[in-house]
Amino acid sequence: MARRKRARRFKRRLNPVTWLLRHAQMSLSSLGRLSRNPISTAMTTAVVGIALALPGGLHLLVGNVSELGGSWEGSASISLFLSQGVGDEQADSVRQQIALRDDIAEARLIDRHQALEEFRRLSGFGEAIDLLDQNPLPAVVLVRPGEHAQGKDAVAALARELQEFREIELAQVDLQWVERLGAITGTIERAVLVLAVLLAGAVLLIVGNTIRLEIQNRHDEIEIVKLVGGTDGFIRRPFLYEGIWYGLFGAFIALFLILVSLYLLDGPVQRLAGLYQSDFSLTVIDSASLLGVLLGGPLLGLSGAWLAVGRHLAQIQPE
Amino acid sequence: MIRFDHVAKRYPTGHEGLSGVDLYLQAGEMAFLTGHSGAGKSTLLKLIGLLERATRGQVWVNERNLNKLRARDIPYHRREVGMIFQDHRLLHDRTVFDNIALPLVVAGMRHAEVRRRVRAAMDKVGLLKKEKVFPITLSGGEQQRVGIARALVSKPPVLLADEPTGNLDPDLSREIMELFLQFNQVGVTLLIATHDVDLVNRLGKRIINLRDGRVATDSGVPG
Repeated sequence: MARRKRARRFKRRLNPVTWLLRHAQMSLSSLGRLSRNPISTAMTTAVVGIALALPGGLHLLVGNVSELGGSWEGSASISLFLSQGVGDEQADSVRQQIALRDDIAEARLIDRHQALEEFRRLSGFGEAIDLLDQNPLPAVVLVRPGEHAQGKDAVAALARELQEFREIELAQVDLQWVERLGAITGTIERAVLVLAVLLAGAVLLIVGNTIRLEIQNRHDEIEIVKLVGGTDGFIRRPFLYEGIWYGLFGAFIALFLILVSLYLLDGPVQRLAGLYQSDFSLTVIDSASLLGVLLGGPLLGLSGAWLAVGRHLAQIQPE
Repeated sequence: MIRFDHVAKRYPTGHEGLSGVDLYLQAGEMAFLTGHSGAGKSTLLKLIGLLERATRGQVWVNERNLNKLRARDIPYHRREVGMIFQDHRLLHDRTVFDNIALPLVVAGMRHAEVRRRVRAAMDKVGLLKKEKVFPITLSGGEQQRVGIARALVSKPPVLLADEPTGNLDPDLSREIMELFLQFNQVGVTLLIATHDVDLVNRLGKRIINLRDGRVATDSGVPG
């Protein structure tokens, strides 16, 4: 035999159709393998599902609450409490004056009489009020800032300006608690992010460990496939598909859990919102969360499988 | 087809499997490797199938220097070298058909072609009616035939067998050897390690005797 250097090259490329077909077969056969161990598959996917549902669901919840805060912040109003001595007519002229300003969208007067009625109705102190000789409540002008005066600072400046009116005792911006709500949701959002990173790590480990066990179980098979000329890619592929399937089914379980939780929470939330005279209700799952869970799950599964396969497959060599 | 140039194999434990082997097998040749256990028969076969790499010297198979083969080329090399083992190395959770089809599936062959080739291989080893059976239900001789069919289904130019008749009675052993002779007639290069000296003496093929990791006698060195 002639010793030719670099003689023949190996034919390594498959044609694309065969390649695709092989991937499709491989993904289905890993699915079949998973379905043959329904209990262990269900447990792994359930754990993945819960790990995905927690950050996914919390993200959705926080999103809902901060959206609520945002809608209130946009409609921040200023309450102008008039001095005790200001009469009804004078109060109305103050209202007209204010309503004419460019930076005011709307000004509504709650005169002393109306204020008393409202207080009697809502506070539960109606009888105590009746004992008083005279109405202790001041008239109030409720001001909604115009488009030029949107945003926290502009509204605060407007309030300071209105405070200059002689008839106005106090100009109060009803924004502080919205700010607090914003700060709280901001904190929770960060906490959810940290939780999401931790749980993503957990998913990686769960899937990685499951795949590691699977590799150990199929030790002999891997050895034989290597003996008959299976490439590392060929051997790796079914495990990677298994990782993807775990992630995908985990994502479905997570979505199911989130929807159930939303359904269970919706009643109490509406009751709570009703107490604050709000028609707020939880939105169904938004597309960002949906996509995040549906893509994140399989991606994490794939990464977990890849980690396990990379570590353990090289250790198996035929003898 | 197969050439060993001053090949030595020392294991990490310090044991020397081969110490300086020169060997040349022509394409289409059939040879037997004999010798006591531990003489280096298995090591020699493992070097050809790249289950081990030589620590010294050079191994050439099918016009390729195996020393220079990168790790990612090893699977493609193994597709050109069919290997048969004493313990068959079958997958017991797959049918006979799937076992034999494995090398073709691994190589990405189309399904129809796989069926055709597997049938042909089963026909050749006389197992045509057993394709849906699991290997565990077969006798030792039949399991070895499955192993042989798997090794030849991808029509490799080189076939290696390590004690293929080790667990079989004389009649079955002779049948298996008959199969190997048939393959040789269609041009396959065969190297068979065995300790069954009586049987191979009767076949009149080249016999390479190993002792302590060296070639002790060689009945037919080609010129």
